[in-house]
Amino acid sequence: MASRNINVSETSRPKLPRHTKLKFDETRQVWVILAPERVLAPDDIAVEVLQLCDGVRSVAEMVDQLAEKYAAPREAIATDVIAMLQDLADKGFLTEARESTA
Amino acid sequence: MSDTLADNKTTTAGPTDGLAVLEQTRSAAETYGIPLAVLLEVTHRCPLQCPYCSNPVELDRGSTELTSDEWKKVLSELAELGVLQIHFSGGEPTARKDIVELVQHATDVGLYSNLITSAVLLTRDKLSALADAGLSHVQISFQGNEPGVADRVAGLKDAHKKKLEVAKWTRELELPLTVNAVMHRQNLHQLTDIIQMAVDLDADRLEVANVQYYGWALKNRAALMPTIEQIEETSRIVEEAQVRLKGTLAIDYVVPDYYALRPKKCMGGWGRQFFNISPAGKVLPCHAAESITGLEFESVRSNHSIAWIWQNSEAFNRYRGTGWMPEPCKSCEFREIDYGGCRCQAFALTGDAGNTDPACALSPRHEEIFKQAERESAGTQNRFLYRNFAGGTLETDDPRNESQDKRNGA
Repeated sequence: MASRNINVSETSRPKLPRHTKLKFDETRQVWVILAPERVLAPDDIAVEVLQLCDGVRSVAEMVDQLAEKYAAPREAIATDVIAMLQDLADKGFLTEARESTA
Repeated sequence: MSDTLADNKTTTAGPTDGLAVLEQTRSAAETYGIPLAVLLEVTHRCPLQCPYCSNPVELDRGSTELTSDEWKKVLSELAELGVLQIHFSGGEPTARKDIVELVQHATDVGLYSNLITSAVLLTRDKLSALADAGLSHVQISFQGNEPGVADRVAGLKDAHKKKLEVAKWTRELELPLTVNAVMHRQNLHQLTDIIQMAVDLDADRLEVANVQYYGWALKNRAALMPTIEQIEETSRIVEEAQVRLKGTLAIDYVVPDYYALRPKKCMGGWGRQFFNISPAGKVLPCHAAESITGLEFESVRSNHSIAWIWQNSEAFNRYRGTGWMPEPCKSCEFREIDYGGCRCQAFALTGDAGNTDPACALSPRHEEIFKQAERESAGTQNRFLYRNFAGGTLETDDPRNESQDKRNGA
C-alpha cells in the first residue's frame, strides 16, 4: 500500500491520503486532522506545511517557499519540515503522489 | 450547564511534534463539550449471533428504527453541533439498505465516517460504493483466526471466510482497516494467530478487547470468563507484539475489568465525552445504558434538540461528574480519574447504578464478584446462549464439551 513506510526527502511530493482530512473546526476554532479513531490538533506551522502537501509540490519547493516567507535559513527549515512530515507519514497520515506514467 | 456549545474549550496539550491529540479533558468536563465522535447504532439487526453482543438484551425491532430522513437529520444536527466523526455501527449497519446514502450524507455535511461491521453482508460493489460515498475507515470484527472457533462464536457458517475476503477488498480499495477481536476464554488461545492474521490482512490497527460483562455477555459469563492465567498470558502476548510490530500494526488492548483492582473510566465518565444513538433514536450515555431500568432516555424524535438532550436531560445528568457518588467513591482520590467505573456494571451486579462499580477493589462487593468470576472461569460450562430477537437461543451442540466427555471416558 502506498500509505505506509514512505521516506520523506526533498524530492518527495507528499499528500494527505483519502482517509486523512485536514479541516477547520468551526465549533472549537482550531484546525484538526481527522484520521481513523483520532482527531489531531496540528499547530500553526504544521497546518501551513500540510496545506502545501498537494501531491504536486515537492518538499524542496515547500522548503523554498517557507524559507522565503519567514526569511529563515533554508537548511533549518528543511530539517524541521522533513522531520514533521516523516512523523506524519510514520503515523499513516501522509502518503506520496504516485509517479504518473501518463 | 447553560453554556453554549460554542464556548467549549478543547485541550491541545503541549504538542512536541506540532501535533497534539485533540482530547476533551477537564476543561470540557466543566461544560460537557460536545463529543468529537458519536456512535450511531443504525440497526440492531445482524446476521451474527455473538454471545457477547454489546446490544441490549431487549433489541430494537426493525419497525422501530429511524427512517433514512430521520438519520440524515441526525447527521446534519451532529455536524452543526461540532461532532467531527461518526461511527456507523449496529447490529450490522450494512443490514440497512440505505447505508451508502447515510454515509454520503455524513460526507456532505462534513463528517468523517467509520464503519464498524461484521462484514458478512458486504459485496465488493457495496464496499466500493461506500468508499466513493466518503467512508474513511473500516473496522471488521473477527471471532477467531480460523472458521472452527470463529463461525461457532458468530453462530454463522462461513462467516470467517467472508470476513477475510472483505478485509482484503478493504485494503484493495485503500481504506484503512482495523481488526476488532473480542477475546474470551474460548478464543484467547488463538490470540497470537489473530495478531498474525491482522498483519497478513495488512490491517493498520488491531483492537484486542476482552469481553465486558453486561447484557448478553453477562448471560454468557460462565462460558466466556477467562482464567487469570489466560489474562496474564494475554497481556504478555500483547505487550510483546506491540513492541515487535511498532510502525506496522497498532494494537489497542482492553483488559477485562473483573481482574483489575481499579475500575475502567467507562465512556470517559458518564455524559462527559460520549453518547450514542440507538436504532430507535434514543440518545444514550453508553450503548448498554438502556439496561439500567428506571432511567428515561430522550429520543431524537422528541421535541428536544440533541444538544439539549446532551446538556440537560435527566439521564445524562444523573451520574455526571462526582456529585452523585456514594462512599467509597465520594472521598476517593481517584474519583475524577475513573468516575466510579461503569454505571451499567454497577447496576447489573449490585442492582443500583449509583453504587461503586464492583470492579473496583474498594467496592464492598468486589471480593465476592471476583471469586465468582474465578469460579466460573474454571468451570466447564462452554455452551453459548446466542443473541437474537427471541431473547436468545441456547447452543444445541457443543463440540468442546463433547470431546471433553470423550476424553473423560464418558
